[in-house]
Amino acid sequence: MRLAAALRELHRSESTLADELLRVADRHSDEVEVRHVAGDLAYWSREHAHEITGIAPRYGVDPAELEHPEPSEEGQRELPGEGSDADLALLADLRRVYRMSAGVALDWDLLGQGAQVVADAELLAATERCRARAERQMRWARGMLKTVSPQTLAT
Amino acid sequence: MSSRDPISEPWGTRSPYGRGQQWPARVDHHLAEGLAPEEVDRWVRSATILHSNGDALDIAVKDGRIVGVRGREQDRVNRGRLGPKDLYGWQANHSPDRLTRPLVRRDGVLTETDWDTALDLVASRSRELLDDQGATALGFYTSGQLFLEEYYTLAAIGHGAIGTNHMDGNTRLCTATAAAALKESFGCDGQPGSYNDIDHADVIALYGHNMAETQTVLWSRVLDRLAGPNPPRLLCVDPRPTPVARESTVHLAPRPGTNVALMNALLHELIRNDRIDHTYVEKHTVGYEDLVRRTAEYTPERAAEICGVPARAVREAAELLGSAERLLSTVLQGFYQSNQATAAAVQVNNVHLLRGMLGRPGAGVLQMNGQPTAENTRECGADGDMTGFRNWDNEEHVADLARVWNLDPMRIPHYAPPTHAMQIMRYAEKGSVRFLWVSATNPAVSLPELRRIRKLLSQESLFLVVQDCFMTETAELADVVLPAATWGEKTGTLTNSDRTVHLSEKAVEAPGEARPDLDIFLDYARRMDFRDADGHPFPQWHDAESAFEAWKRAGAGRPCDYSGLTYERLRGADGVQWPCDEERPDGTERLYTDGRFWALPEQCESYGKDLVTGAPLDEREYRAMNPEGRAMLKAVEYVPPHEEPDRDHPFVLITGRTLYHFHTRTKTGRSPELQRAAPEVWVEVSPSDAHEAGLAEGDPVEVSSPRGTIRARARISGISDGVLFVPFHYGYWDSGASEEDGARDRATNEMSISDWDPVSKQPLFKTAAAQLRPLGGGDGRPAPAPTTTASAPVDQRVAPTRGAPDTAEETAGGGPR
Repeated sequence: MRLAAALRELHRSESTLADELLRVADRHSDEVEVRHVAGDLAYWSREHAHEITGIAPRYGVDPAELEHPEPSEEGQRELPGEGSDADLALLADLRRVYRMSAGVALDWDLLGQGAQVVADAELLAATERCRARAERQMRWARGMLKTVSPQTLAT
Repeated sequence: MSSRDPISEPWGTRSPYGRGQQWPARVDHHLAEGLAPEEVDRWVRSATILHSNGDALDIAVKDGRIVGVRGREQDRVNRGRLGPKDLYGWQANHSPDRLTRPLVRRDGVLTETDWDTALDLVASRSRELLDDQGATALGFYTSGQLFLEEYYTLAAIGHGAIGTNHMDGNTRLCTATAAAALKESFGCDGQPGSYNDIDHADVIALYGHNMAETQTVLWSRVLDRLAGPNPPRLLCVDPRPTPVARESTVHLAPRPGTNVALMNALLHELIRNDRIDHTYVEKHTVGYEDLVRRTAEYTPERAAEICGVPARAVREAAELLGSAERLLSTVLQGFYQSNQATAAAVQVNNVHLLRGMLGRPGAGVLQMNGQPTAENTRECGADGDMTGFRNWDNEEHVADLARVWNLDPMRIPHYAPPTHAMQIMRYAEKGSVRFLWVSATNPAVSLPELRRIRKLLSQESLFLVVQDCFMTETAELADVVLPAATWGEKTGTLTNSDRTVHLSEKAVEAPGEARPDLDIFLDYARRMDFRDADGHPFPQWHDAESAFEAWKRAGAGRPCDYSGLTYERLRGADGVQWPCDEERPDGTERLYTDGRFWALPEQCESYGKDLVTGAPLDEREYRAMNPEGRAMLKAVEYVPPHEEPDRDHPFVLITGRTLYHFHTRTKTGRSPELQRAAPEVWVEVSPSDAHEAGLAEGDPVEVSSPRGTIRARARISGISDGVLFVPFHYGYWDSGASEEDGARDRATNEMSISDWDPVSKQPLFKTAAAQLRPLGGGDGRPAPAPTTTASAPVDQRVAPTRGAPDTAEETAGGGPR
């Protein structure tokens, strides 16, 4: 069954998202709303990863092998000048959080499909709970981008 | 004449009354010493300006000076009563240190000049920046203490003529969460309840609202009910032993920052005991299932663990709410300035929606305001809202406003929510806001983390204009200072927390060259030569009354409809509650009497936000959630505060007001009776914390957070263990600290954290970790804190706070007593 692979992948992407949110919080610590909310949202992703660790044994995944997930490849810079321009870096980081949380939300959807086909009600409930939160993470990144971008782009 | 001392008896003599009866009148008046009422030349109509209650009064004038005040007997708000700040605060008008001439900074020094020079400089700097960067370079930070006409004019100039998104008021610090919570639950701002609900309620719940100190006259009304037949029962949620707590049937003192956990447990209990009006919920709300699911885990035991209150008390509180037949709730800064501010305030709305307690006598919500004209800042759109409670994200609303203003809709920024105060400051700090016009507020004392605020306001890249009546701590940092007339020296309207509109007329001339704020804004607009789409000067109005008439057109058809009001009408009648239009010529006592809300997607002021992240929903999401425009039950999980006590900073520091002062004391500190009642800063400590630190009453201490330090005397009070309270009124204008010596150890906001509620963007003044250090050298003198209020000492030997019996009380039956 490939559900095990899906669980491993989701554990990895939630953990990466949590790290990324903490990195964003730290990198933009003077933008206090970004710092505080990103910190809260990182906690959600940690909880989700923890939830997967709880479910994993049922699908033959050893929780120990989830302990040190390899980071995914989302780290690279994407906006020219991002390295030296803090405002531009914020836009780039929020775009990245948006894409990563969108990917996580989609993966929870996918896992939900799997949960339905194997009739695992507990897993299904978890996927619905976690997907809803991943979408809220995504909406936050989008909303924040929409709010801060005009001033950055116009000056 | 037998009299009362308003300092020792802030709430005056009781006039007991029973449920459903009219509150008896009691006329309070106070005149300058030695003056008899018959010697007064004129009485001029106005309302109070040093709190949000909106008490109607007449200003006594003799020889061109204000010499006293008298409550208006017939007015629905106060029935003649006045509080200490109203009785004494007017003296500040005549203070010898009023600003009387414009000042401009020359070679680093503020120097007197004339109006032409000052305003031409402001206009030319504006033009330069508009040419160089555009409207994003200009920001405006106003107040909750000007008049409606002034906010409306400022909104039209900022959002319309200039087209900047950067406009907010200090209402962000006091009332932003009230507005946000109303939008989240009901789709639109607008106070649902009425002060008259106090006359009918059988249970009154006060959430983080020390009404006895913030609105003394409203508290008199509650005390009068408590003294009469079938009194209401009270629930108080507050970590301090406030006068409200003392009168309560149940007092919950949650750990600061845990209000959502507490509210969820109360909702949990209401649901578990089926204290639900299912018909109301089914007909008028969405979101019930989600609320049931989300609150399921918040048992009283869970709340007890998070909030540090006994589970038994949570159950008693829920029983009080659940058994009420007419429930009135009021909410203020204990919720609005705390962690998860909007989320917590919304749960209070949820109690009312679940119980169907809205829109009938005694059943109402009062999401309170902190300032006298905060309501006007909100409705006029001078505070991060759009004019007339319009939705910035609704193209049709923006187009409608553009039609009212006769401007191109593209000139009105609506690509993002209007920028909130803390974000404007951040842009100034980073140098992209290069012009900031501050009117009638004092951010250098009232914003969080003052060292940072002083620095960003002082930086070279920022052109700072400050418009005020006194040389405030902020004005000292300005490039241009504009002397303003104040209450009693200009005409305009103001609207209180329960939508009551009063006219405040000019009683005396302003000192020197000081001018009304409205005249200053309009003069600036003419110098800038703003034009509407037809080439006429914009704004199209020229004085207070024409501004009011223009505002009526902007608010018509929205909830804040003033179209049935005129200055003439307001001169004849006492206060009138909006909406007031052709169909409702006498105004409207309660909103939502028919279970219908301003929540249709086409009508609503906001599509709502995520209560944890603050992310806005878009129109599509809103339509899916609430297609029929019902009230919204919004559920939310508890999220811990961002700064919690640790080993180095073991206390939670909260800040707040005292009864005798307002804001940064620019007026109350210049009124001798008020100043004497609370002359210096103090810090409240619980007896066991004081014992552990080896402190006695009045001992000097140092309080520090990771951001700053102050020094004060300790008041040992009944505050919760582990919590420190410091009033936020005390800055530096009268501390003797000069700009050079750098002693900045008095204002509590040196210590507060830069953090705000993601939904309302209200700064969290009640969330900071702090340490307490005895400085030694106590001389046995008590702390300079009032004994009459929440700061009452546990040590009974402390001399009580007293004034003089200089205020007359007349009751309808009897004459003076």
